[in-house]
Amino acid sequence: MKALRKYIDNIKPQFEKGGKFEKLHSTFEAFETFLFVPDTVTKGGSHIRDAIDMKRTMIMVVMAMVPALLFGIWNIGNQHFISQGIEAPFWDMVLFGLGKALPIIVVSYVVGLGIEFYFAQIRGHEVNEGFLVSGMLIPLVMPPDVPLWMVAVATAFAVIFGKEVFGGTGMNILNPALTARAFLFFAYPAYMSGDKVWIAEKADAFSGATPMALATSGETESMPDVMDMFFGFIPGSIGETSTLAILLGALVLIITGVGSWRIMLSTVAGALVMGLLFNLWGANAYMQLPAYYHLVMGGFAFGAVYMATDPVSAAQTTRGKYIYGFLIGVIAVLIRVFNPAYPEGMMLAILLLNVFAPLIDHYVLQGNIKKRLKRMKAVAG
Amino acid sequence: MSDTIKLKRGLDIKLQGEADKVFIPLRTRKFAVKPTDFVGLRYAKLLVKEGDEVKVGTQLCYDKYRENIRFTSPVSGKVVGIKRGAKRILEEIQIESDEKGDAIDFGAADPNKLSAEEIKQKLLKSGVWAGIRQRPYSIVADPEEQPKAIFISGFNSAPLAPDQDLIVHGKGKEFQAGVDALAKLTDGKVHLSLDARNKASEVFTKSKNVTLHYFNGPHPAGNVGIQIHHIDPLNKGESIWYAHPQQVLAIGRLFLEGKYNPERIVALTGSEIKKTGYYKTIIGASIKEMVSKNTTDETLRYISGDVLTGKKIRKDGYISFYDDQVTVIPEGNYYEFFGWAKPGINKFSVSRTFLSKWLKPAKKHRLDTNLHGGERAYVMTGEYERVIPMDIYPVQLVKAIMIEDIDLMENLGIYEVDEEDFALAEVICTSKINVQQVIRQGLDLMRSEMS
Repeated sequence: MKALRKYIDNIKPQFEKGGKFEKLHSTFEAFETFLFVPDTVTKGGSHIRDAIDMKRTMIMVVMAMVPALLFGIWNIGNQHFISQGIEAPFWDMVLFGLGKALPIIVVSYVVGLGIEFYFAQIRGHEVNEGFLVSGMLIPLVMPPDVPLWMVAVATAFAVIFGKEVFGGTGMNILNPALTARAFLFFAYPAYMSGDKVWIAEKADAFSGATPMALATSGETESMPDVMDMFFGFIPGSIGETSTLAILLGALVLIITGVGSWRIMLSTVAGALVMGLLFNLWGANAYMQLPAYYHLVMGGFAFGAVYMATDPVSAAQTTRGKYIYGFLIGVIAVLIRVFNPAYPEGMMLAILLLNVFAPLIDHYVLQGNIKKRLKRMKAVAG
Repeated sequence: MSDTIKLKRGLDIKLQGEADKVFIPLRTRKFAVKPTDFVGLRYAKLLVKEGDEVKVGTQLCYDKYRENIRFTSPVSGKVVGIKRGAKRILEEIQIESDEKGDAIDFGAADPNKLSAEEIKQKLLKSGVWAGIRQRPYSIVADPEEQPKAIFISGFNSAPLAPDQDLIVHGKGKEFQAGVDALAKLTDGKVHLSLDARNKASEVFTKSKNVTLHYFNGPHPAGNVGIQIHHIDPLNKGESIWYAHPQQVLAIGRLFLEGKYNPERIVALTGSEIKKTGYYKTIIGASIKEMVSKNTTDETLRYISGDVLTGKKIRKDGYISFYDDQVTVIPEGNYYEFFGWAKPGINKFSVSRTFLSKWLKPAKKHRLDTNLHGGERAYVMTGEYERVIPMDIYPVQLVKAIMIEDIDLMENLGIYEVDEEDFALAEVICTSKINVQQVIRQGLDLMRSEMS
């Protein structure tokens, strides 16, 4: 490692101010700090610091997505061959899935990181690690057959208009990955909804409807078995189908403390409460669907675990997190059942609550402020 | 009568190099008064020049904006150097002791028989007053004001902090005299807070004229700011005064002996110290004799105070006025290959992403000054709340300070906090934000707005 360090120290001056590659300073720094935690020491304030940093935190989230990714890759192949009516061996499915998923991931990272590096350079910041997560989230919420140029456009839109215009990672209001998906959903609905897109290179004769599409159209009796939905043997976006794989990810996030269990828990609670209310009402087949079905259908689990918990766009106060999560659950189910135009209620529910999260926090803060003012009045009066 | 207040949030950082419980006399002739020790002292006006002979209690400088606050010499001898820093800020008034201890006589008296005004005058003239500070702002207390209460924290919960029970042992008379003098300065109570997790010294538990409180919890339970918040929270326009036990002792000695007796026991701590212990010395002593040939050979950081709030000093620097601890730890100026990706069996972190949290929760760490990452915008939430046991929203307060929103700062409780209360938040911050500096900026801004 000493040789590598020496090499970096050698070429470093070229990237500093006045050097030949001055314009690549941020990029160089990003790679340097990726390889080596820098030798910066504390100045003033606390002399010692925790070993945690943004890189480790973000990588933990990426690791938590690995189960969903792996399952997704296999399931792309699985669904494809089922639609073709071919019994394919395991590795064929994986290879087919890899061929679909890998280019999307590469495009997402290259486009997103490229923009991040550029903005870091013109702002004179270090590159923030936030996109390591967004770059993986975006492929996982895409349908397997999405054209690559669309991934590129959506990623660019999400990073620039979802994040950088607000000031970069930490300042954004909406979750960037969901912004990317919402962009495609509204800009190219034909590629993001309906029955055609959820299975890669689907045979035309095969229905390919997702469980949620079936539920929306009232064909609840032809929905797959609930265990199939739980394990994820259903068509859908690349990473969203297997609730089991997502639960593994949730476990990683909760054990390491990186993801908020409060948000996950309250999101699930919100969906169950709303689902049960609909059960009581029972006006149509979708309403009669057992409440827990909502947890395993579509993108609910994925959204609750990876999207709603994004600390930047979520509520930031402890009490606010419970309210925020609960409302996501409630509204996601509400949209699903009531609005046939948007079968995936989770995406819109999270985006909506992203917008309202500051308001929720505002009211939680007001509670604290009122207490303080009351105490002051009690002393004065 | 006493009550126990239980605190759940906070963090005890376990470090190597706790001070051995032995007393060692420190032989040094070099002392200094450092005006920079006093927060909010904007301009210190000199009263002596190089070569002047001084006695214990001779005035060296004063606060230009609050002229009755005087800073006096801790030893008798000769002024041998005046050190100025950037913008000619007065940094050190160096004095070489003649070891005679000639002291100015301010007259012994029973504080119970003096008026508040007489007590104040005695404290101000002798310079002992500087030991009394006020919240908000942590500046030297304003003698024109009436505090609503006075707080003494009888324990220090910071990493490797000296044992206050050991320090006050056998000094009940001085402590009581100090408390009696302080009690005269307020219409409210004098609160003395003790650690419920240890048996406190009788000097504390048997002292009269105080209201005892017990705190049960990890650091920052020993911070006076946390204690104020739970016992008698500060509102806008109010002030509370506080003093550390050794300063209370100095006040007591002033009234018992009639002299400024700046004796100070200082714990020498830290993983890089070969022989730790409690040094008997005088305020403002040079650490040179303490640490020379007593450390490891690495690049070291010498800190007056603890690792959370202390000041970096030279290896021949001087102990700060309020400190009773010196900590020496290794500098962390090295690159670590894939440091962020390692399993982290031996790393210190409150985050559960490191194996050390699971495998070695009780490990005593040897920590260096490496920042372990780069500064970022806030991303993670709920971190600061884990280590600040107060009913405030810390990150929101920090952000209010960053945008200089005075009303919001007030509403979110700026008057109740101090840098030291946010020190742990700074340690655990994933975004590596210098929170203590931000809080200081906020307090300075409030102080300039209010005056």
